[in-house]
Amino acid sequence: MRSLDSVFGIAGTALNAQMVRMNTTASNLANATTVAGSEKDAFRAKRPVFKALLEEEMTHAGAPYLGGVKVDTIADDPTPIRSLHDPGNPMADANGYVYLSNVNEMQEMVEMMAASRSYQNNVEVVNTAKQLMMRTLDITKA
Amino acid sequence: MDILNSAFGIHEQALKVRSQRMDVLARNIANADTPNYKAQDLDFKAMLKEVKKDYLTATHDKHFAAVADAPDNGMRYRTPFNSSFDGNTVEISVEQAQFGKAAGDYQATLQFLENRISGIRKALKGE
Repeated sequence: MRSLDSVFGIAGTALNAQMVRMNTTASNLANATTVAGSEKDAFRAKRPVFKALLEEEMTHAGAPYLGGVKVDTIADDPTPIRSLHDPGNPMADANGYVYLSNVNEMQEMVEMMAASRSYQNNVEVVNTAKQLMMRTLDITKA
Repeated sequence: MDILNSAFGIHEQALKVRSQRMDVLARNIANADTPNYKAQDLDFKAMLKEVKKDYLTATHDKHFAAVADAPDNGMRYRTPFNSSFDGNTVEISVEQAQFGKAAGDYQATLQFLENRISGIRKALKGE
């Protein structure tokens, strides 16, 4: 029954990764209107980059999560930062400019939907595996 | 007690393959958003062939040791219908459909096993 067991581990890693993705999206949306005093300090949208847990098969043979997914890095969105002339803003620099975040709300909403759908997919995988396991246990009652 | 040792026939092996396939499909679904991940699947026919294959065995000490090919574990890469920018070949709708089918196949094998067990039980009771 090792294989059905590992379905739980694999789907678990995916649930974890998708939850990180949801969290970064929430953080991006929360900081969408954050302004900064310089281009360097401006908030940049964060994107998790996923990676398959494949090379661990060499070092952790038999671990239940092998073949799952992990968050490799969290990368900054490379979209250029916009600046806004707003001399009254306490964050404004010497020339009266503030630097906005490069968060695109539309994109974040789409990202959140995609993450939640992927999460649901993996919940469904866990449910199916659970049902099959229960039926396998019931085999002796036949 | 040969009847009990071989009671389940091919279904015992089949259940292993079925659950292995669930595992492979769960990997694909988990990695649906991983860049450069290549979706995999099991080739049931190749695995069945592997089980039935008779390997050469040295039955005499003058025999040369048989040079066996590495056993085929049945893993194949899936060919996607559409390519994607990030090099990922998982198509979630395909995986969902296959996962549903795999769950059904697993249950079918379970049903065969259940039938075998109830048959043996009936025979033992002698009703």
